[in-house]
Amino acid sequence: MTTTAANAKQAGRGDGGVAAGVAAPPAPSPKVRPVRSGQWAAWAFLAPVIVYLVAFYGWPLYRNIELSLHAYTVESFVNGGAPFVWFDNYVKVFQSATFGPAVGNTALFVLVSIAFQFAIGMALAVFFFQHFKLAATLRALFLVPWLLPLIVSASTWAWLMNSDSGLINSVLHGFGLTQVNWLTSPQWSLVSVLIANIWIGIPFNLVILYSGLQNISQDLYEAASLDGANAWQKFWRVTFPLLRPVSAITLLLGLIYTLKVFDIIWIMTKGGPVDSSTTLATWAYRLGFGSVLPDFSSAATVANLLIVLALVFGLVYLRLQRRERES
Amino acid sequence: MRHPRTWWKTCIGVVLTAIMLFPVYWMINVSFTKDQNLRHTPPYLIPIDGTVDGYVSVFSNELPYLATSLIVGLGVVILTVVLAAPAGYSLAKLRPRGGNGVTFVMLIAQMIPGIVMAMGFYAIFISLGINDTLGGLIIADSTIAVPFGVLIFTAFIAGIPGELMQAAKIDGASAWRTFRSVVLPLSRNAIVTVSLFAFLWAWSDFIFAFTLDGAGTQQPITLGIYAFIGNNNQQWNAIMATAVIASIPATILLVVAQRYVAAGVTAGAVKD
Repeated sequence: MTTTAANAKQAGRGDGGVAAGVAAPPAPSPKVRPVRSGQWAAWAFLAPVIVYLVAFYGWPLYRNIELSLHAYTVESFVNGGAPFVWFDNYVKVFQSATFGPAVGNTALFVLVSIAFQFAIGMALAVFFFQHFKLAATLRALFLVPWLLPLIVSASTWAWLMNSDSGLINSVLHGFGLTQVNWLTSPQWSLVSVLIANIWIGIPFNLVILYSGLQNISQDLYEAASLDGANAWQKFWRVTFPLLRPVSAITLLLGLIYTLKVFDIIWIMTKGGPVDSSTTLATWAYRLGFGSVLPDFSSAATVANLLIVLALVFGLVYLRLQRRERES
Repeated sequence: MRHPRTWWKTCIGVVLTAIMLFPVYWMINVSFTKDQNLRHTPPYLIPIDGTVDGYVSVFSNELPYLATSLIVGLGVVILTVVLAAPAGYSLAKLRPRGGNGVTFVMLIAQMIPGIVMAMGFYAIFISLGINDTLGGLIIADSTIAVPFGVLIFTAFIAGIPGELMQAAKIDGASAWRTFRSVVLPLSRNAIVTVSLFAFLWAWSDFIFAFTLDGAGTQQPITLGIYAFIGNNNQQWNAIMATAVIASIPATILLVVAQRYVAAGVTAGAVKD
């Protein structure tokens, strides 16, 4: 889709160049007017969304940066007058006892989530790509977890993982295994939110990888069959290498989306117990809203760290997408 | 061509789907379970001797929340389509200088974590005095959908043959007239896709509602469920009944508009 936009822009630039060249003579040729009025119309149609972006993206993001560079208290948050403190808030955040665990948990949460989502999504995409009855219907049903409101998924998992009455512990008990305090013990809380998040992310990976499979020519598989390749070899020698561009994009998008995850963790464990399932996203929220004495400056600081991470991976993603388009 | 020996693949597919959807089944099962059976060991796998008490409780307590979610969802849909459709037309066909920069900003905007936006909106809404209002929530929720909407409309309108717009222009139609009478009617699929996702995201939103409408008199259904859980409430059948009701829009979306959903998921990620 960006292909078309890029083409349009290139064409637009070409026209603009022509218009500028033609406009130089004292008597402008009639050709000029449509182009110029075209620019007016183009920007008139674009103006509402530009105003919107500045007001409802630019302003909140600016406000975040401003918060992180001042020492706000609850009082100055409402009445103004917070002193400018340069990067004191950043130093404070880096030195906080929660910083290490939050960064570690975020890294673990993101990496384990996308590894499982991708592997399972890939296996399912290859499986559903075969022709069998009901394949399309079943594949559609796989979308359900992705479409459900996160609070619905998170509370369902919370009940499944309930220590005393949850189904999972009851099954473990049935097999004679020790029961686990999924949500309330420090060593299991991160695993619990990971399981729920992997479940939610599988459909997204499945759909994108499936659409990637559709772009691989069937002739290649037929050629591989003629050469005597079995299904396993076909996957590793044909499917996997040809899916590499789509895979890279899927993984990066997964990374960006998983960095954002807040709802599931907050609803299931609130980042606890202690900091055992705290990520940067839940930490930012807890600093700003989770206590009786909100610390908006620190919260905005953590949020800004999160945005830097998201933007770095976002730019890598866009670069990758462009490179793939050019090849 | 017939594939006679694929029935076992269908079987595996059914089993895999059943495993994947088990938590959804469990939600429905618990929603029909009687209070005294909720903590039974082992849990009842099917709601024998079931009850609709959970649903009765939903309809007596949660209707205002559902109404709020509906209003917010429709508000976000209207705002998103009104902003995104003209922008998509401009980026795809009118060639604004610097249009590529706008597209780039849209792509980046989709990557900004919701919690970051929520924090910024909170600070702004407090100073404007519009926290805990529906209008504020609609604006905040729309930020999830607008960049996506612009990208979808751009991609879709780019695929409409230029000759149609050229013809309208020769007939003397203004850009606005062309947009209204030629582009919009042909963009029905894009309008449906964008509206569906905008509605679903607004309906499902928790972060913005939680931060910006936590003390509001009109709260969406996601906060209704959260309040239910947070109250140390042990009535999990009622919680799960609310969750089932809250899942209805997603279900309708999947049944009615499955092809649009798949298109929406892939549109943001894979090149055409």
